[in-house]
Amino acid sequence: MITDFFEWFGEIGIFSWRVLRAAVTPPFEFRELYRQLDEIGSKSLPLVALAGAAIGAVLAMESFESMTRFGARSLLPSALVYSVVHEIGPIITALVVSGRVGAGIGAELASMKVTEQIDAIEASAVNPYRLLAATRILACILMLPLLTLASDLCGLVMGWVALSMVEPLSFHQFYTSGFRGSDFNDLLPPTFKTAIFGLIIGTIACFQGMRTRGGAEGVGRAATSSVVLSSLFVILTDVVLVKLIIIFFP
Amino acid sequence: MAAMNYTASIPQTDDAISTQVVAVDNVFKSFGDQRVLNGVSLTVNRGETLAVLGRSGSGKSVLLRLIIGLQSPDSGAVRINGDGIAGLSLDQLGVYRKKMGFLFQHSALYDSLTLEQNVAFPLTHHNSGMPVAELSDRVRLLLSEVGMEGHLNKMPADISGGMQKRVGLARALALAPEILLLDEPTAGLDPISASEIDDLVLKLQAEHHMATIVVTHDLYSAKTIADRLILLDMGKVAVEGTFQELVESHDAFAREFLKHT
Ligand SMILES: Nc1ncnc2c1ncn2[C@@H]1O[C@H](COP(=O)(O)OP(=O)(O)OP(=O)(O)O)[C@@H](O)[C@H]1O
Ligand SMILES: [Mg+2]
Repeated sequence: MITDFFEWFGEIGIFSWRVLRAAVTPPFEFRELYRQLDEIGSKSLPLVALAGAAIGAVLAMESFESMTRFGARSLLPSALVYSVVHEIGPIITALVVSGRVGAGIGAELASMKVTEQIDAIEASAVNPYRLLAATRILACILMLPLLTLASDLCGLVMGWVALSMVEPLSFHQFYTSGFRGSDFNDLLPPTFKTAIFGLIIGTIACFQGMRTRGGAEGVGRAATSSVVLSSLFVILTDVVLVKLIIIFFP
Repeated sequence: MAAMNYTASIPQTDDAISTQVVAVDNVFKSFGDQRVLNGVSLTVNRGETLAVLGRSGSGKSVLLRLIIGLQSPDSGAVRINGDGIAGLSLDQLGVYRKKMGFLFQHSALYDSLTLEQNVAFPLTHHNSGMPVAELSDRVRLLLSEVGMEGHLNKMPADISGGMQKRVGLARALALAPEILLLDEPTAGLDPISASEIDDLVLKLQAEHHMATIVVTHDLYSAKTIADRLILLDMGKVAVEGTFQELVESHDAFAREFLKHT
């Protein structure tokens, strides 16, 4: 059990090193990268937007009750903006992407592995770490901050809608009081930390997919373990990153 | 040169090195405690076709995978054009793999690509400068050589196993390889298609003088296309020679093997 754990870390370390080395040397697989950006970005957008919107609305309704009780209703917009932009948006996006993209990549690469398609790529003198893994991981890294912005935006808009249903509030009022005391720079660290989530999700999903063995059952296992492990590591990393952001961007 | 000590039958001259395209030298391979290859040696020269026979599970596919570097031997060496391929990185191996065409036993077509894109895959990755029209002509030609020109836009899942085999063969031929490795090219084909594949291999061999290794259970096909055969048993080469020599062999396993066909 313990040795399995260390073995896993060793193997994913070697895997990451191979991918990195392949990624920085030509030929660059731009076409596949473009395809993955579309696959991971555009196709996750509806789900991420929906999740962000739902959480924004729920958060607004819940905080409306509690903030009213403590007589801090005027702080509501900034509390909402703060929690959505700093934590809810990034983590919800990362978890939704872990689920959708993690399972997708894990299952896709696993089924290619067990049907020898990855061997066939190698036999054609193409480096599968470059063609399959590097492109997917890079696409995750690039797309997560963008998806997070979309999710933030939907969360805030739906939060405003939920608030304005209980008390009249123009979007302009909501916006100005929400972002009072915070500026654009506050937005950057929490949004860009999701690039690290993207790295984690992409790397784990590609690794779990490409090391798969044993038929259809192995494919199922790879998909499940990609989702479980990438969500787990996203949450653990978040704890560390939040602390670091507080230290370095006070 | 120590590298040359493994075949007494071939004269040890520079000429022999230059024609000896594939050399497998005393290779051992185990999976866990199952020993699959137990000291196998073989050579294939330019323009020559070697058939590999043996029972199911005797390690024929493993042998082909070792030659193209998809697996590495526990000991022993694989040499391509005289160069050992052990310990090379993926990109270094690529230099040799570009000269090889590999047909997988289960075809291993890319299931997210059409048949046309499958065959174009090696070309788009290695001849990226090739004009689109030329590329598509070449792909059509390859597919028509295997009798699959009418199915360009189908997906691999929508064609039969035998058709997948033929597309896999077209893909293996895409880069005009010097070395052709075929894992049961005629398995699952009807007798007519099988003999068409045999004819195709003979024709390609006459035109391009490749070094070809064919794994097969089809003795008739082996007899038709191979210059030489080896029969694997217990992880070793039990018999090596022409078809006639195999038939006349006194090796107990060879007699048993032939008795049932
Ligand atoms: N990756 C692997 N891991 C474990 N065992 C393997 C692996 N690859 C092959 N083997 C084992 O090696 C043996 C030889 O397999 P191989 O596929 O080479 O047989 P074969 O001669 O091609 O048989 P067939 O004619 O049925 O295709 C089999 O017993 C198989 O179980
Ligand atoms: Mg086999």
